[in-house]
Amino acid sequence: MIDEIVGDDVEDDSIFELEESYIRSSWKKTLIVLALLAAVAVLAVAAITMGAASSFGTMEALGTILSKFLPVEEPSSFVQLIVLQLRLPRILMAIITGISLGVAGAVMQGVLRNPLVSPYTLGLSSGAACGAAIAIVLGVGVFGQGRYIIIVNAFIFSLLTMALVYGISRMRGTSVETLILAGVAMSYLFSAIISSLKYFSDNEALREVVFWLMGGLYATKWENVLLLAPIVLVLTLLLIRYSWDLNAMSAGEEVASSLGINVKRVRIICLILASVLTASVIAFTGIIGFIGLVSPHICRLLMGSDHRYLIPASGLAGALVLLISDTACRTMVQPTEIPVGILTSFIGVPFFLYLLVKRKRRWWQ
Amino acid sequence: MKLAITDLSFGYNGKATIKDVFLEVERGEVVSLVGPNGAGKSTLIKCIDRILRPQRGTVLVDGKAASLMGSKDFSRMMGYVPQSTKEIFPYTVFDIVLMGRRPHIGWRVTGGDVKVVAKTLKFMGIEQFASRYFDELSGGEKQKIAMARAIVQEPEILLLDEPTSNLDIKHQLEVMRTVRLLVEKGGISAIMAMHDLNLASRFSDKIVMLKDGRVFEMGRPESVLIPENIEKVYGVRAEVIKDSTGRPYVMPIDSI
Repeated sequence: MIDEIVGDDVEDDSIFELEESYIRSSWKKTLIVLALLAAVAVLAVAAITMGAASSFGTMEALGTILSKFLPVEEPSSFVQLIVLQLRLPRILMAIITGISLGVAGAVMQGVLRNPLVSPYTLGLSSGAACGAAIAIVLGVGVFGQGRYIIIVNAFIFSLLTMALVYGISRMRGTSVETLILAGVAMSYLFSAIISSLKYFSDNEALREVVFWLMGGLYATKWENVLLLAPIVLVLTLLLIRYSWDLNAMSAGEEVASSLGINVKRVRIICLILASVLTASVIAFTGIIGFIGLVSPHICRLLMGSDHRYLIPASGLAGALVLLISDTACRTMVQPTEIPVGILTSFIGVPFFLYLLVKRKRRWWQ
Repeated sequence: MKLAITDLSFGYNGKATIKDVFLEVERGEVVSLVGPNGAGKSTLIKCIDRILRPQRGTVLVDGKAASLMGSKDFSRMMGYVPQSTKEIFPYTVFDIVLMGRRPHIGWRVTGGDVKVVAKTLKFMGIEQFASRYFDELSGGEKQKIAMARAIVQEPEILLLDEPTSNLDIKHQLEVMRTVRLLVEKGGISAIMAMHDLNLASRFSDKIVMLKDGRVFEMGRPESVLIPENIEKVYGVRAEVIKDSTGRPYVMPIDSI
């Protein structure tokens, strides 16, 4: 249509310039994503060499990993234990967790058109915490046994909360505002339940609940990593497929619908995928706040809101923040640890505030 | 492309907001929906664009029922420009207009898509804002961006919900002139909900006057915009004179 109006032959410099400048900006965004990926990889390698037990050189640490795949000389069994059984799974878990929180945060904010949304505000985290606390204090779970009661309970409670919050909002015509308010209200309810459980629990259980609430990667095992990696990978790729729909939905339901998008369907699918993504990870790690809320914002400040780039960037930024925080946790006060939730806030908040103040843009108003 | 609306009714909570609307729009026509607040102008626009699902009646596009079309096919046919656009998150103007290509692209943006967007930005005279963020711009510029997004959709029918209501007179004229140009050169049709009777008079081929959700009168501007109709529909006494182009010009005198 536009050709009939301005003519096919209008190929002047200004149009060429517009195209060039769009292509340049796309490349810039791709580069930011790649730079984040490289930063995560470099930090992961650095993190393997650091720790309470002893510090190794980069070559020694890498050699240990390579020796599993290549016929090179194997290092001592002590180094092998530290690198392969303690540090590597934990580092991978930090990356997986960071990705899932960052991706879920970006998607939830996009799909609900609200910059304050995160797994926390929608009640997912407190639902998980409540499930975990019930399992820890009362020893009852939906199913499973031993440590898995806690994990399964946290996972199921978290998803039940989302279903409940969505159900409540549906009674009022699925408005985004009711959904968010219902989520916030449910968080308060769960906090009350957790508080009463804490109040009535004995010392040991209380300690465990408090630890769970602060979140941490210290308990990571290889089996957790192997279970979560495919889940997070598949769900992230599925969510990235909805990038265009999320972009269009940011202009409002009416415009999105006139662009051929079934808004209600996309919203429920994205919320379910993002909820499963978060729930499966926080069931293992406990509550790690802040990343889901802030890493999408950090990335928007760096590159705008096109979800094709924002979703992967936000995931990688989450991985980066969590990896830095967790490594600092393990190494700062040796031989003990600081809970990672404390550090994510200490590292992430100043950086976020810096970006907030430095950039003059005020789109969250 | 010809649009035929028969017997269309829509209501919220059992209360009808539009009732038994019949309307035909030919290819190459600009049709304005006018009427007081709450007469059902915007609701009718949204029913045509399937944003709202009418309880009764049909919308036929070239003889085919709109309700039976796939959402992608349908969105290639109808473009919608909302009354105002608010972006919560930072998008550049180029990104926002590119979203209008959504019905045409799968995942990858092709060079063709980028070219259509670039040309449309130029056509709308907003190319200098391409890499600016949307919320930094003025109301008139935002309206042009929303129009550009609907244009790159390459629709056959353009729907505009009060396209001039938040604009200064210069932008009002520019927006209306663009609609005329699109219809005449692009061979499409446009349906607009309008508050300003004189802009509607000057730029429309047909005016549909709505009262309480029903079509009160429709036809050429000079046959619809007469003092009797304005009195009955708006409850306003008005004088109607002819402007220099021979179109009716409404001067409201007093409410009754």
